[in-house]
Amino acid sequence: MGKLDLRRIALALAAPVLAIVVALVITCLILLAAGSSVSGFLSTIFSVPAERNVINILNNASILYLSGLAAAIGFRMNLFNIGVEGQYQMAVFTAAVFAAQGWLPGPINVIVSIILAMLVGAIWASIAGVLKVTRGVSEVISTIMLNAIAVSLTAYMLRKVGVSTGSNLATEEIPRDSWVGGIKLLSGAPNELLGLSLLAVLGGIGYAILLNRSKFGFALRATGTSASAAVASGIDVRRMVVVSLMISGAVAGLIGLPLLFGNSHSYGTTFQAGIGFAGIAVALLGRNNPIGIAFGALLFSYLTEQSNLLEINAQVSPDIVAISQGVIVLAVVIAYEVVRRYRNALEQRQVAAELSTSAPSEATPEATR
Amino acid sequence: MRHTTKLAALAVTVALLVAGCAKKEDTGGAATSDELCADKSGAGPKIGLAYDIGGRGDHSFNDLAAAGVKKSLDELDATCEESEASAQEPDSAKEERLRTLAEAGFNPIVAVGFVYTEEVNKVAKEYPDKKFAVVDGFAEGPNITNLVFSVEQGSFLVGVAAGLKTKAKHVGFIGGARGPIIDPFAAGYKAGVAAVDPSIKVDMKWLSDKGDDKAFANPSGAKTAATALYDAGADIVFHASGLSGGGLFDVVSTKPDGIWAIGVDSDQYQTATPEQQKHILTSSLKKVDVAVFDFAKAFKDGTTKPGYDLYDIKRDGVGYATSGGFLDDVTSKIDEYKAKLVSGDLKAPSKL
Repeated sequence: MGKLDLRRIALALAAPVLAIVVALVITCLILLAAGSSVSGFLSTIFSVPAERNVINILNNASILYLSGLAAAIGFRMNLFNIGVEGQYQMAVFTAAVFAAQGWLPGPINVIVSIILAMLVGAIWASIAGVLKVTRGVSEVISTIMLNAIAVSLTAYMLRKVGVSTGSNLATEEIPRDSWVGGIKLLSGAPNELLGLSLLAVLGGIGYAILLNRSKFGFALRATGTSASAAVASGIDVRRMVVVSLMISGAVAGLIGLPLLFGNSHSYGTTFQAGIGFAGIAVALLGRNNPIGIAFGALLFSYLTEQSNLLEINAQVSPDIVAISQGVIVLAVVIAYEVVRRYRNALEQRQVAAELSTSAPSEATPEATR
Repeated sequence: MRHTTKLAALAVTVALLVAGCAKKEDTGGAATSDELCADKSGAGPKIGLAYDIGGRGDHSFNDLAAAGVKKSLDELDATCEESEASAQEPDSAKEERLRTLAEAGFNPIVAVGFVYTEEVNKVAKEYPDKKFAVVDGFAEGPNITNLVFSVEQGSFLVGVAAGLKTKAKHVGFIGGARGPIIDPFAAGYKAGVAAVDPSIKVDMKWLSDKGDDKAFANPSGAKTAATALYDAGADIVFHASGLSGGGLFDVVSTKPDGIWAIGVDSDQYQTATPEQQKHILTSSLKKVDVAVFDFAKAFKDGTTKPGYDLYDIKRDGVGYATSGGFLDDVTSKIDEYKAKLVSGDLKAPSKL
């Protein structure tokens, strides 16, 4: 059986690798069609990043990772939480406004803000959960709507409480003693690792423990695999829907915090948007596995960082990388499906083989073919 | 095993294709649409240009900045390199763009758009021997020049033009997003209309709550807004919404004569189709091209100054366009207001 397991591992790795390669080929074809330099694209994308770029990649990957985790918690429950975007915007806005008041001293202010952000994210997500279990509203629809509301609501409130500096409109700056300093990881880089990017590490460990080592995690996975079976074994599925969406929202609440406390120190019109949607792609890429998501986040972050050089070094529009990222996600979904079917067929054949021979334990699929 | 073989075969084919792609040498990317900065032979300033979202082709301030650089290429023997922001990129990407330009030896570096303010603050410190300019910026540093514009004054004048030209005593405005960027356009326009006749009704429509794609790259939204404004009885509509304005021009081109649209930033009559041109009364000008060229020239002469470089009506840094000749009968009246703005007798408000 050891041989089969090896093949299974190979199969599991085959899907993402295949997807990335397919995406690169399609990107190359698009570049050729557009008459751009393919070699320039490839050499720039695969050039070794400088130290400061490595820091950028890690920073952005940690933020993407949190977003991926938030999406993955929903996916494990068969819930499509598209609302990560709105949840983190609401959360980071609230945290920015609260932290700026400076009611609490230094680090305590940060910790309370983090808790507040998680709460806001959870509450915002719970709206979709409650709507689903009481009124049967699909969480896909409600979270998309809640995103639109969150974007407008934060923009509206920002106009009410924000202060304008030049052409920017932002909340008041967080008091200096509540800034979270960076970590000087590489001496040659002018930039630092965001202090709160460690939240990503904590989040990843928490996710792994919650899902694989807790009763709740078991109930979550059971419900995700088969809701009817879960009901039969005494799991309150309605409660699970609301609670898991709330946990997903709470993690989403963390997404904006590394940037808020480590970089921008206020929430303004230019605060980074779109991380919530990127997280869905990263979670898909990582198959909702805590380590897989980390690889997905690093890959996306790496591609985005390298794309910055494209225009200057290779005269290729950085948009091409967005295309490759999109194709990677599509290809990953298809590749997983192909591999899953292949594995199912393999298992069926194996079972059939075991049943048809007199000594099932000695039979291998190869022997019967 | 069959399937494994198939999978392996597919993987190999794909890998080969990639290799094939990689080998197909495109001679130095000559086929890209990089005409502006293609000529690297000039001996003048090496201008690094970092665009805001939209980049060249936005018929707005990115294009105007490019026009300023073009003029520098022609008149200052400059060379350049350009780099565009992508939507929803992290702030670190903006920093990185500026650093990459600086490391590649470009000096001065022009960042187009206030979104670069924080990043220029950081990066300019790391490269103290290079000069930076931020269009619409508010950065601070000994080597940073902010190129800023009194857009409310130009908008005041197109408001006056609208006030003089409206027959319905009813005009409209389409703004990308409420906030410090577009509010001055709206406030100046409204005040200009009221200066002619306070009884003229000014309807305002906003495309988005924040400065995102829905605000500045949303022609269909502007189409809906324009239709609503014209249907409500307005006969002149001014837009300050970047690329979205195309929707307004589409709508107005289907209207009878005497229904007008007003453009923004550049003289939009020049880039409109013939059907649209008949309806483009004027444009509120924000001369980013002049500012960028002036900055490049100052760099060449060694006379760049830190702080704010204000382009107002006195310097002709903002104004109104007369292409098409639709304002010929009222130009003298508009210029009376212009003179008052220049002398300071009249102030255009920048807040709604």
